[in-house]
Amino acid sequence: MSVDAATVKRIGRLARIRIEEGEVAKYQDELNAILGFVEQLGEVDVTGVEPMTSVTPMKLRQREDKVTDGGYPDKIVANAPLTEDNFFMVPKVVE
Amino acid sequence: MTDLTRLTLAAARAGLKAKEFTSSELTGAYLNAIEVGNPKLNAYVAVTGEQAQAQAKASDAKLAAGQGGPLEGIPLGIKDLFGTKGVHTQAASHILNDFKPEYESSVTSNLWRDGAVMLGKLNMDEFAMGSSNETSYYGPVINPWRANNSNAQLVPGGSSGGSAAAVSAWLCAAATATDTGGSIRQPAALTGTVGIKPTYGRCSRWGVVAFASSLDQAGPIARTVEDAAIMMTSMSGFDPKDSTSVDLAVPDFAAAVERGVKGLVIGIPREYRMDGMPAEIEALWQQGIAWLKAEGATVRDISLPHTKYALPAYYIVAPAEASSNLARYDGVKYGLRDTGKDITDLYELTRAHGFGREVKRRIMIGTYVLSAGYYDAYYVQAQKVRTLIKRDFEIVFNDGVDAILTPATPSAAFGIGDEDMKADPVKMYLNDVFTVTVNMAGLPGIAVPAGKDGAGLPLGLQLIGKPFDEETLFAAGRVIERSANIDFSPDKWW
Repeated sequence: MSVDAATVKRIGRLARIRIEEGEVAKYQDELNAILGFVEQLGEVDVTGVEPMTSVTPMKLRQREDKVTDGGYPDKIVANAPLTEDNFFMVPKVVE
Repeated sequence: MTDLTRLTLAAARAGLKAKEFTSSELTGAYLNAIEVGNPKLNAYVAVTGEQAQAQAKASDAKLAAGQGGPLEGIPLGIKDLFGTKGVHTQAASHILNDFKPEYESSVTSNLWRDGAVMLGKLNMDEFAMGSSNETSYYGPVINPWRANNSNAQLVPGGSSGGSAAAVSAWLCAAATATDTGGSIRQPAALTGTVGIKPTYGRCSRWGVVAFASSLDQAGPIARTVEDAAIMMTSMSGFDPKDSTSVDLAVPDFAAAVERGVKGLVIGIPREYRMDGMPAEIEALWQQGIAWLKAEGATVRDISLPHTKYALPAYYIVAPAEASSNLARYDGVKYGLRDTGKDITDLYELTRAHGFGREVKRRIMIGTYVLSAGYYDAYYVQAQKVRTLIKRDFEIVFNDGVDAILTPATPSAAFGIGDEDMKADPVKMYLNDVFTVTVNMAGLPGIAVPAGKDGAGLPLGLQLIGKPFDEETLFAAGRVIERSANIDFSPDKWW
């Protein structure tokens, strides 16, 4: 499988990364080089093989469903580029 | 007075305990070395001198009273991937511009609990994506090693290139690092240092900037096997804040270092004999086999048939996880923010300008392989292949193999700005061909310097162990270190 210019632009949109017109060809070449490299996985017989979900034989731990942390919104927003009253500020999204 | 920065961590610890010198003196010596060396080597992206002096002073008070932890007063460098409270933490990326976390990572908390002193934050490939430390927003790290009769600048490997260079050039006693596909072991091999990636789950990932969560593990880079074992003991441990942290007692790894290899079965995987592998690497591998045999190990040829598929499977799994993990950098919660006409513009422009080229490439690949219609063909197939890679190892370990010996890297350190690698991203990825299987299977792996190539550059061997059997790796690694008996000190030019 290989990607065309339109697909590169679509991936950019999905990934929320602006791809300028002049960058498309280079990305297309690089992505196709990588996809060409991973293509060989298709030759592996995986009949009856389960996809890996955990690399160590463990069950995810569970804990009691209660709040154990928090109560410091000022710390949460301390590194934000723009805040007001401990809210993150973004451009208007709802008209 | 001897140069305190040249002491191993173990020797510095003994000297501090015997009151031959103070942590303030030791820390001062390292800060001076950084001031002189860092402008040339670019290993540190932030130096925390005042904090280091304050920590050293506190350690000196404890040491004077005959108290203190296992790392009391030992100055360390910390990879920029570890969250350090109030201190530069950017994963060497522009998108985390000015980020200073309100928290401390669990691994670094363990180190401070044990008395260590932080010298500063170490350079790395951006978001740990790279094998040469050239993708850092802060510019490449320069390897302290140069080829004989050459002034050409070489890469220290990556992504923990700053950690490896700082340890090798005596800019810290030891360093923290992380390894997703070889990022501890490859730079260790390229700088003549020791690096170990422990079993997945041994070190907490909490507070470490995430790249590929099912592969990422923290570990140390140090000058000797013993130093690495001391660091590993302090860094490890169960952490309820990391759901994949394993609730297992942490052994005193240093106690295993001199255990030897008598009676151990060492596997030699035939699939690691790659086409076009330099004769020097093959010779080093044979030398390693001979050393282990001479010390009483049994060597057995083994097969790990899915080895060649580890790297391509990695380049699906790792970018897929990265594309998800790095979605959080959106210009809203922290770091860089570019403004646009609306919120989509804000996201797209922030991410276009904040991420470097390699990171964007990997996010794009990850987004593609997870997208509708391609998920089964790429991601599910890669995870199935991963099951097979792990099974290969399980079969040989169940057959009685205690550890596996392989080369650590396909070559010695290469030049900065290597044209071949710039032209083809896959060429750079091949650096991790011997190390990446270990991450895919969640196993521990150690790289130990074992020889030098014709140009005088260090080469390493890798030992791969059973899950949670890092102790055998320290023991066998020590046999290689002792048998090689080479001084891996670069000639100081900086």
